[in-house]
Parts: sequence; C-alpha cells; structure tokens
Amino acid sequence: MWSYVARRVLATLPVMGVVAVIVFLMLRLSPGDPAAIIAGDHATSEDIAQIRERLGLDRSLAEQFVWWLGQLLSGDLGTSIYLDRPVLGLILERVEPTLALSISTMTFAVALAIPMGVVAAWKAGSWIDQSIMALSVLAFSVPVFLIGYGLVIGFSLTLELLPVQGFVSLAEDPVGFARHLVLPTVALGLVYTALLARITRATMLETLNEDYIRTARAKGLAEPRVLILHALKNASVPIVTTIGTGLALLIGGVVVTESVFAVPGIGRLTIDAVLQRDYPVIQGVILVIAGVYVLVNLAIDLAYSLLDPRIRY
Amino acid sequence: MAQEPVLAVESLRVEFATGDAPPVVAVSDMSFEVHRGETLCIVGESGCGKSLTALSILRLLPRPYGRIGAGRVLLDGRDLTTVSEAEIRAVRGRAISMIFQEPMTSLNPVLTVGRQIAETVMVHEGLSWQDCMDRALEMLRQVRIPEPERRLHEYPHQLSGGMRQRVMIAMALACRPRVLLADEPTTALDVTIQAQILDLIRDLQQETGAAVVLITHDLGVVAEMAQRVLVMYAGSKVEEGSVEEIFDAPSHPYTRGLMAAMPHLGGGRGKRLNEIPGVVPALDARPPGCAFAPRCMQAVARCHAEAPPLVQIGGTHTVACWAHGQGARA
Repeated sequence: MWSYVARRVLATLPVMGVVAVIVFLMLRLSPGDPAAIIAGDHATSEDIAQIRERLGLDRSLAEQFVWWLGQLLSGDLGTSIYLDRPVLGLILERVEPTLALSISTMTFAVALAIPMGVVAAWKAGSWIDQSIMALSVLAFSVPVFLIGYGLVIGFSLTLELLPVQGFVSLAEDPVGFARHLVLPTVALGLVYTALLARITRATMLETLNEDYIRTARAKGLAEPRVLILHALKNASVPIVTTIGTGLALLIGGVVVTESVFAVPGIGRLTIDAVLQRDYPVIQGVILVIAGVYVLVNLAIDLAYSLLDPRIRY
Repeated sequence: MAQEPVLAVESLRVEFATGDAPPVVAVSDMSFEVHRGETLCIVGESGCGKSLTALSILRLLPRPYGRIGAGRVLLDGRDLTTVSEAEIRAVRGRAISMIFQEPMTSLNPVLTVGRQIAETVMVHEGLSWQDCMDRALEMLRQVRIPEPERRLHEYPHQLSGGMRQRVMIAMALACRPRVLLADEPTTALDVTIQAQILDLIRDLQQETGAAVVLITHDLGVVAEMAQRVLVMYAGSKVEEGSVEEIFDAPSHPYTRGLMAAMPHLGGGRGKRLNEIPGVVPALDARPPGCAFAPRCMQAVARCHAEAPPLVQIGGTHTVACWAHGQGARA
C-alpha cells in the first residue's frame, strides 16, 4: 500500500513539471513586452524597466526558467505587482473561504444526491424516480448565478433570514461562518446534486441487476441493507470519481459564486488578478489549482483500492 | 409417503406484466411436493421456466414485471404467496435457501466471503458478529474448503469457481434450512468439480435432512441425485415420477427425446447424437394445444387443438400426453 502511494506521488511530479513549464511560458510568450503589458497604459518607461528587472525578463529564457523554478521550489511564488505582496501569502489568505465553500457544497450535494439516486434506481420507472430525475434536469439547467440571485432575493432580501453576501472566518464566528455559507452552498450545490444523483441512479440501476443482489435478497436481507451495503458499495467507484473531480472543479471554479456572494476566496483573487493583469498572482493560482487537481486525482485513485478489493496496485 | 411434504407448490402460475396487453404466462399450473431428506430434480431446456419456478417460491421474481398470477406455495402448510414482505424475508435464507448457477457473479465482489456468510446468520439468528463469523468459519470447514481461516477473509475473486460454489453452499446452509433450492449449481463448473459439488450437496443433505429441489438440464445429474423427477416443457409440467419410473419408462415424447439426446458410452463413436428437432416456442407464441406438438413426431390432430391433462400412468408416475391414459389412441 505505502509503496503504491509513494509511486503515485512520484508520478505526479512530471505532471506538475509540465504545468510549471506552461505557467512559466505563459508570461514570457505573451505577445509584446510583458513588462509593458503588466505596467499598463499609463506607465512610464522607468516603471516598465523596473518591472522587467523584477521579473528577470532581461535575462535569457533558460536562465529565467532556472531562476524561477528555484524560487518556486523554495516556496516563493513571486510577488503581486498590484498589491506588492507575496503571492503565496495572498493565496493562503484566500484558501479558507474557497475550501470552506467547496467542501460544504460537495457535502451538501453528496448528502442530497446519493439518497436521491439510490431511491430513484430502487423505484426505477415510478413517479418517485420520475420526479427526482425531473428535478435534477431542472437543477442542472438553471445557471448558478440565476439560482444565486434568486436565493439572495428570497432568503436575504425578502425573508431576511440570511446574509446577502460576504464571508466570516470559522475561527472568528462559527455561527456567522455557517450563515454566510448557506446560500452560496445551495446555489453551487444544486448543479452537483443533479449530476451526482444521475450518476448514482445510473450505476445503481446497473448494480441492482447483478446476480449478487438477487443472492443478497435470497439470503433474507432487508432492502436498506441490500441497497446500501451490497449495491451502493459496488456502485461507488464512478460515484467517488464524480465527487472527486467535482471537488477539484469546485476549488478551481468557484469564481462565479464567489463573485455573486462577494466571498473573498481564490475565485475572487483570480478575477481581480486577471482584471489587473497581475501575472505572478495568475501564475500562482494556476499552479496551486493544478496541484489541487493532481492531489484530488491521487486521492480518488487511492479511494478506489479501498472501495473495491479487486483493484490492486 | 405418509409424511407431510415440507414444501408443496400448488397450481402455480408465473406471469409477466406487459403494459396494457394481457400478461405473458411463463409458468402455468405447476404443482409438486418435496419431503424431508428427498431430492426432486426439475429438468428441462433453457427457458422452460425451471428457474422462475424456483424464484417464485421465494418471491424473488424479476421486478417489477414478474409476479405470481395464481397458485400457492406451502411451506409446512403455510402459504408463502400471501405472507407479508417481512415474513417472506424471514423465510429466505433460513427455512428455504437458494444456490444459483453462476458462482462467479452470485457472490458480492466487494465483501469478504466470511462476511457474506456471517451476514445471513446475523440477520436470521441475531447472534453477535463474532459468533456469526465463527459459524461462517465452521461452514467453510463443512463445505471442505482448504485453509478456511485464511479463506474467511478473502474476496470472491481470490477463489476458484469450485470454491466459490462451495461458499455459496456454505452461505445457503448456514442457517440449516429445511429446503434447499439449487438452480443449476454445477452448470458453470468443470466436470470433475461438478461431481465434488454434487457429493457435497448430498452429504450435507444427509446430515441436515433438508429437502432439495435441484434444477438441471443434465440427465446425468438427475440419475446421480434425484429420488423424484419433474420434466418441464414451455412452462408446464409434462411428466413426473420417481427416478426409476422416469428412467425405466419415459412416457412423454419430450422426456424420451431428452433421454435419446444423452450421449452413451459405447453408443457408437462418430454417430451423431439424437436431437429434438425445432425450438421451444416463445412465451407469447405458444400453440393452443400441447406446447410440444409442433416438435413431436407422434403428434396427432388433437395434440394441436387441445392441451392434454396430466394423467396417472403408474404408482407415482404422471404424464401430460394424449398418447396416454384416457386420451390414448384406441
């Protein structure tokens, strides 16, 4: 087991290497003088020269790469041009909201979608199944921002139950933290709920037709045990894959929701950085998100071997 | 036999719902009894309704379309077709167990075999998990699996086909059922393993006194195992009798066809095996008369028009054919 984990971790290094090269080239190969682009329309030539020097753009490409990689490996993702602060620090500051929102969204989706999918498959063809599937089509089709604004209007402005927007740190005020998370979680979670419910239903339908399910029933097991222990465990590999990739997508893609609800997370950081052409920040965010994707995929692979004993390393 | 049967199936009809159209009848007017310690073999071609008959005893017909249309299934006199879902669950795996054809696919791939056996015991006997695992180990020993302590914690894919079927048997017998339904338990196995599995079923039957309903299409297995034989064709019983009656005097043309299709030692090498011409009619295209008539060499006009009733032609020997009993040609 541990040697498998070690091998899988090592195998992520080339992937991260390729990501690093692409991120590095992104700035260097952008058309025109990157320093001028970064400096913006109203910059003086001194400003541009200063930026060029700071980014090491006056040296050769190879030299620049080695220097940049060295910085990277020592944990230095560069300095934000706009805010003049270390990129790593900026990202770490924004990690809590993004992580909190991603995890709460996925927990919400899993808690809702798995029972829905299981029941839909169990009662396939019935009105329960049809209503669950109709709801999931609806949840899947309505854009996140629309659901988001709808929820704000309903629960914040009309009923005044929940805050309109913003974020409170867990350490600061746990109740406020939870209250601020509810609406963005629901807005973002509905799409994932729909997706997961459909995947769960499809894989469960397949599993419920297996001979071993008939065996389980022939042993006199009650339906909940047949469904959960015997069927869901067998159906779990595709479900876990969807949860994992969904979580990775969430961490990288909460941009819209964070904007709607003014959550100061990675998504906001990315938007601000793009608008301000803050290249070091953009690079840092891409690197970190790529790293998260790689780690999540690693975690999914490791989960497979725990769920299905036939998957060996 | 004076003694009451453990299991009695009376005029069972299995049908499949087909939307608005009238249901398709897969098994009709099926009746049989099986006594303690007795083995009844149900014989017939694929698709003749053997497995459906067995599944309907435990009310495990494929959902949501399959259902019992008529008839009764009596376990010690209690009709299982009318009991509640909870009551039938209490019967499944405890009073009546079932072994399936494919040991490869009939065991859950993600649970250890020990757990799968112990679970049955836990559900029915409510023992502690440790006691259930102890019983599972004891069952693995009884079905003669080598190194049972190790196998207990293994997954089905780590076992051979024969061992998996032994696990299925261990699971089925863990609660000492009074009736064992074995649906082609050896069909998917090597010939040498087949004999071992049949021996095992017979030995365990002798130990526990269980009644066995063995479904097979292999007359060799019938000769080996059965006290009584029931021959099915296209969803109906066409002949029933003791193993001697059936083998000594097969009376339905279909039974005779099955016997003739069996290879014999010294039957002349290179000679083609006899086969029954034609195929089993589809469920919704059964002829109005005897279902076998289109394939029967002896069929007369009446066979095509009217279905023959079951008539007694010997001690316990019954047959449904116009060539016998009151309907016999003059």
